[in-house]
Amino acid sequence: MDTFALLAQGFMTALEPINLFYALLGVTLGTAVGVLPGIGPALTVALLLPVTYKLDPAGSIIMFAGIYYGGMYGGSTTSILLNTPGESASIVTALEGNKMARKGRGGPALATAAIGSFVAGLLATLGLAFFAPIVVKFAIAFGPSEYFALMMLAFMTVSAAFGDSTLRGLTSLFIGLALGLIGIDQLTGQTRLAFGMQNLFDGINVTTMAVALFAIGETLAVVSSKNALEEKVEAIKGSVMMTREDWKRSWRPWLRGTLIGFPIGAMPAGGADVSSFLSYSAEKQFSKHPEEFGHGAIEGVAGPEAANNASAAGTLVPLLTLGLPTTATAAIMLAGFQQFGLQPGPLLFVTNASLVWGLIASLLVANFMLLVLNLPLIGMWVKLLTIPRHWLYSGILVFAALGTLGGSGSTYMLGPLPTSFGLGLLLLFGLLGYFLRRFSYPIAPVVVGLILGPMAEQSLRQALQISQGDPMVLFKTWISTVLLILAVAAVVVPMILRARGKDLSQIAADSD
Amino acid sequence: MTTGPNSNNERRPDRAAFVIAAVLALIAITIFVSTNNMPAVAAYTAVGPRTVPYIVSICLFGLAIWTAFDAWRGNFPAREEQNVNPILWIIGGLTVQLLLIKTIGFSVATGMLFAATAKAFGRGPLWMTTLIGIVFSFVVWFVFAKGLQLTLPEGPIELLFRPQAKAA
Repeated sequence: MDTFALLAQGFMTALEPINLFYALLGVTLGTAVGVLPGIGPALTVALLLPVTYKLDPAGSIIMFAGIYYGGMYGGSTTSILLNTPGESASIVTALEGNKMARKGRGGPALATAAIGSFVAGLLATLGLAFFAPIVVKFAIAFGPSEYFALMMLAFMTVSAAFGDSTLRGLTSLFIGLALGLIGIDQLTGQTRLAFGMQNLFDGINVTTMAVALFAIGETLAVVSSKNALEEKVEAIKGSVMMTREDWKRSWRPWLRGTLIGFPIGAMPAGGADVSSFLSYSAEKQFSKHPEEFGHGAIEGVAGPEAANNASAAGTLVPLLTLGLPTTATAAIMLAGFQQFGLQPGPLLFVTNASLVWGLIASLLVANFMLLVLNLPLIGMWVKLLTIPRHWLYSGILVFAALGTLGGSGSTYMLGPLPTSFGLGLLLLFGLLGYFLRRFSYPIAPVVVGLILGPMAEQSLRQALQISQGDPMVLFKTWISTVLLILAVAAVVVPMILRARGKDLSQIAADSD
Repeated sequence: MTTGPNSNNERRPDRAAFVIAAVLALIAITIFVSTNNMPAVAAYTAVGPRTVPYIVSICLFGLAIWTAFDAWRGNFPAREEQNVNPILWIIGGLTVQLLLIKTIGFSVATGMLFAATAKAFGRGPLWMTTLIGIVFSFVVWFVFAKGLQLTLPEGPIELLFRPQAKAA
């Protein structure tokens, strides 16, 4: 069957009333949570995971997709109106968008972000639909050594390639890998690093980990910060309508942003922030009004926002076709799949074709819903920005506890007192998240290491079992050799660049 | 990501970073020893359940040395001063919650966490925020336990709404 037929079939699933309802619920919740300051897409997805626990797999994953896209839209509203980018992907949007809002042009800034996100989301999701079957055809022949090499590449790009320190990126990754070792070994059934605690036999729950690192860690970092400036929400003056001039200056950046964002997301290489930085500097190059950059240039919102969304859709390519998460958000999505016993990868396209194509069609549907939800109803979301911080973070912690308890309800007996083991981990990893932030360690590699580590180990051991222990099996095919070389390059090249006083994100943002 | 160290000209050994190096080394050693003490299984291949833990442990130890080196050179980004009190409120709230939630139920324990967090952000009085927190947590419990069939810890308040569970 060709892609069109499969996609049409996907729409049959996506347009069922109950699935439309799940998609609508997903995008609404995703936008509402994503718009809250300090909550990025990763945390949005992690906090809302428990909502989907008891639905059927199709409905739950459709809702999940809506949450993912909704969180991306919501995040840009926050960075435009409230100069506090929760995650690094929005830094660039805040740069120009907030300046526009201060000049009373918040409406057009939100509009170009929303329409740009829509255009990028639409094109990139179509890109996913046409690109994924090709990758699947290619990946179906992959054996354990290719998968192992692929995961090595993902590890290195996530941790070492794009941060500001190779050391800290790798350290974060190995903390995640170490935590991933805990529990029963999948191949021999032996318990490792559980120190006799039964609660640890199943390993560390990815949702608990993500919620702790992002929600608790972020809350602790915010509450302890001494220079907590009073954030001012910029009111939207005038209309959200873009002028003819705005349109003229926006459409090219949207397309360029999409072209930059989608490939970067689709490669097993880093997250959305690189693409938005690249798009920003590209727009500055191409702009007829370079002097406006830094003072509220609309191209500087349109391009990066499109790049951001296109790259978010792009990360679904490795996630769905190879089971390979390359961002923290994708890692949590993978956990969401796994709770239903679904393992993304080429086989999923064969065994569960209707689900995969239903999901891709739902992404297109969600994108349309988000445009409607974000343009006329923007005033409603802006009200969410005015929630005082003490209520906001108290609420976030309630939902963090809820998400943890929903995912791991196990009890630990402290003497005669029954206590919640999951909440204990939440506190412990929350502190970890705080210290990681305090000492500028990246968070995403911990989450990716935790979920991908056991998978990489399994591939490695299977490969070596087949070869009866000969490590050369890892270089047997040219694909795995190339991937391993790229993995090494992903660590070494940025180190050399940094030694010369530049790093990749700086190069992108250099033209300031 | 653009907050590099500004004080490049006065680099001094960083004590906190040495602590990080020590903790990493400790974790590496713990993994090594614990893996070494694993009961042996009949090994069919050279690569068993111990191989990867050993690799991770050795890499972590290497990273610990690298961190110590960076700490000595003062390469860590500058950090700002922190308020400790609010952190203690939140840790306290989480601790009380995890200790008591299985006994007093989701709503009351989480309500106390809510109040402790609000207090950390400077919002009181505690009796009022606790009350608001309990009501809010109860609504959350009701929606998720009743509406979405999530299994959440129950206490006296929750059991009032699920009398048949009393027998269990």
